[in-house]
Amino acid sequence: MPNVTIDGKQIEVPVGTTVIQAADKLGISIPRYCYHPALPVSGNCRICMVEIEKQPKMQIACYTPVADGMVVKTNSPKVLEVRKTVLEFLLVNHPVDCPVCDQAGECKLQDYYMEHGQYDSRLGDVKVKKEKKAFSIGPTVMLDQERCILCTRCVRFTDNITKTHEFGVFNRGDHSQLDIYPGKQLDNNYSGNVVDICPVGALTDKDFRFKCRVWYLAQTKSVCPGCSQGCNITVEWDKMRPHQFKQARVMRLKPRQNPEVNDYWICDKGRYNYHFIDDNRIQHPQFKDEVISWEKAIDTIVTVLKDLQEANSTNRIGVLASAQLTNEDLFVVRKLFKETLSGALIDFKLPQKPGDSDNFLMKADKNPNTAGASKILEANIGEEQILQKAKQGELDVLYVFGHDLVKLFGKETVSQMARRLKLFVYQGSNINDTCSYAHLNLPSSVYAEKTGTFTNCQQRVQRIWTAFLPLVESKADWEIISLISAKLGKPMNYQNSQAIFKDIAATIPSFSEMTYENLSDKGMILKVSGNP
Amino acid sequence: MTFVGLVMEKIVTRHFGEQNSHLLASYLEDNGYQAARKALGQMTPAQVIEEVKKSNLRGLGGAGFPTGTKWGFIPQANPKPKYLVINADEGEPGTFKDKYILEQDPHALLEGIIITCYAIGSHKAYVYIRGEYLKSLETLQTAVEEAYKAGFLGNGIMGTAFDIDVVVHPGAGAYICGEETALIESLEGKKGFPRLKPPFPAVVGLFGCPTVINNVETISCVAPIINKGAEWFAKLGCEKNGGNRLFCVSGHVNKPGVYELPNGTTLREIIYDHAGGILNGRKLKAVIPGGISAPILTPDQIDVKMDFDSLKSIGSMAGSGGIIVMDDTTDMVWAAMVAARFFAHESCGQCSPCREGSGWVYRLVKRIYEGNARPHDLNNLPGIVNNIGGNTICAFGDAVTMSVGSYVSKFRSEFEAKIRARVCQT
Repeated sequence: MPNVTIDGKQIEVPVGTTVIQAADKLGISIPRYCYHPALPVSGNCRICMVEIEKQPKMQIACYTPVADGMVVKTNSPKVLEVRKTVLEFLLVNHPVDCPVCDQAGECKLQDYYMEHGQYDSRLGDVKVKKEKKAFSIGPTVMLDQERCILCTRCVRFTDNITKTHEFGVFNRGDHSQLDIYPGKQLDNNYSGNVVDICPVGALTDKDFRFKCRVWYLAQTKSVCPGCSQGCNITVEWDKMRPHQFKQARVMRLKPRQNPEVNDYWICDKGRYNYHFIDDNRIQHPQFKDEVISWEKAIDTIVTVLKDLQEANSTNRIGVLASAQLTNEDLFVVRKLFKETLSGALIDFKLPQKPGDSDNFLMKADKNPNTAGASKILEANIGEEQILQKAKQGELDVLYVFGHDLVKLFGKETVSQMARRLKLFVYQGSNINDTCSYAHLNLPSSVYAEKTGTFTNCQQRVQRIWTAFLPLVESKADWEIISLISAKLGKPMNYQNSQAIFKDIAATIPSFSEMTYENLSDKGMILKVSGNP
Repeated sequence: MTFVGLVMEKIVTRHFGEQNSHLLASYLEDNGYQAARKALGQMTPAQVIEEVKKSNLRGLGGAGFPTGTKWGFIPQANPKPKYLVINADEGEPGTFKDKYILEQDPHALLEGIIITCYAIGSHKAYVYIRGEYLKSLETLQTAVEEAYKAGFLGNGIMGTAFDIDVVVHPGAGAYICGEETALIESLEGKKGFPRLKPPFPAVVGLFGCPTVINNVETISCVAPIINKGAEWFAKLGCEKNGGNRLFCVSGHVNKPGVYELPNGTTLREIIYDHAGGILNGRKLKAVIPGGISAPILTPDQIDVKMDFDSLKSIGSMAGSGGIIVMDDTTDMVWAAMVAARFFAHESCGQCSPCREGSGWVYRLVKRIYEGNARPHDLNNLPGIVNNIGGNTICAFGDAVTMSVGSYVSKFRSEFEAKIRARVCQT
């Protein structure tokens, strides 16, 4: 393997590694516009030029493969001068309209100018005017041609990753402009990613534009709950201006790199699936039309459950858990309904129309944790039997986690069940039609408000982190269940979800030896049972 | 005065001006296709390459790379097909020699193609013709059809087992498609953007296959070399530059035109002896020796020999052989602006220094020419020009730097005068 020295640091890398890749491994950051690790090399921006000993001309780091004994300088005066030069060229026809640009604050032109530019302007000429500014090129993305530096990342993304070929560079010389091919729209399942990879403000996201300056955003690592792929994401939320934008906290979701799951990308369905976090939430426990305290809510449930427990009639309890819940939530549900109240009828799969899917990231199963639910909460009865029994008056309690039964089975069925049941609990984060039939509504927190793990379709257990506190009175599902359990005389004593995960690892063989620490950012695959 | 026809032997232009010189019948009358017969019948491909190497034939498109050496780079062990591409995208301002070859002696090119293909093991050649060259396209196409009919092209040519197809392909008018890798891209149906190198076309060229790209004039020299031998050809030129060259003389001269002269002829001889001197007896002010990309020369430099190495040694280049002569009525700032406008118009726009720089340089020179510049603009100009060259994907950026830079450095006083005039006005 070639041994290369970059800025005095040595590293051994596989044959074919480029200088920029080797430098990245060493933590030496060479500026880049056109280079993107997931796209073919284009070599057009020229800002990654480095000096290589024994080579008369400077070379672009993104394209030059390392050779054994190569000595590279990424911060020599010559290199720094070329960076300035390239920046100056890139800004010759750039409008420098940062004050009204949505990219400001995360723009590589700004960043590199502050880091490597800082020259005095030598421009005395009129800039080339380009046609399209704030121009809609599809349902989600806006194009600004004069901000574009023609790095062609978006062109290469749509050519090589989505293979949908919407973008092209038209015309020649400094009249070159990025555009969509005539008659096309940027409307594929992954359109939003071009905004992420655009290093400047040429492509901006309609959903995010002008909502929030990026420096107000906090970032929290998470996993997309939109389907079973479990794409790694960052939840970006407004940390200091709660009065802004309809008091919404989450401003946008961004993909987070995980080469094993989603690489650098997420689908548009997942990207824009966050408005539910701040909109239309159940805020307080509610009994029929009356807002009640958590204490009263728990009492109401426990009174009924205790009676059934004492009468040995736990089989009159039906539970519809959900693959939207975290592994930790599900484990606590299992402890309450399969141990303390063993005999309760439990399932988590409900008949759902398969959603949109493709052969890249989008999966038909729209639950983030079906694999985890199957492992933790083995169903002991089918969901249709639970509903059948509820309708026929064979159940006293139906405990539903987040499912909109009205949408799935119709008003008739649900109102019929509601009349026959002694207690119909709906525990969920958002208001839906089922809420009005449930006797008791309990506000649970959304994924961005809790810590835990999901298990994706590859059986990969991945962590989510708490971005912000649960809205108003909502609580994590596991907290609500452990309150019930404690009141039933079986305190679970979990301080946090990490403690629950420890128990999961100790109880369920496929999770054994997993901890939050060793799951880290990339997650771990479940062990195949019987094969430790 | 030297009389061209009397003292020297013509090679590429030997049939120029003859009636119907473009037709197969005329070509056959003068030993046509005998060199191809000789190469295919009596020589191995390696011998052909060796002969061309010994002839000191160099790439006459502008780069001057030794032709035989280039052919030798084709990896014969590579199982992919090999291609020959003829660069007939003659776009360098001041250059119009290939046009005459294509129109006056297309079969000389075709015979060269056959021999070259044989030498490099290729069975398919493409001729990429500049889009504006409609007549050349038509003439060559006719010649190709004639050659197919007569069995010089096609399967089992001239009774041998060798197959060869020639495809004539017109470009769409972009200067950059004369850059060999942009030409390949264009030929593959893509936008004419130069490729990152390495790999060079000899290894990964057209359709990802080993490819030799040569200029029309270069390949037109191949048949005479095979016919008359490498030594004869080498002797015609000077050291390391075999044969003759076509010089295209334009501008302020009495007899503009294409002149075939031995490599090593001086620029003075070309201007004053062959091209009849400066128009209306005026004085020479400047001359571009090798197409617009070549740094401009001043009258004190015209004793230079016009071969690749001699021109390089005085900081210019032989380039495409396009000699543009400017007399003392020429406004050098205007001339620089015209050059800069050309580069700004023809930059492909792929990489940032050239895309943004060429237009910036043009606007800046234009502002100086129009009397709208200040002294600091002129101070900035050389630096901005210099920042383009050496930082780009292809040699176009170097051309901008060398060409425009040379006007500023050699005629700076004229630039200063424009600025002074402006300052006086205001």
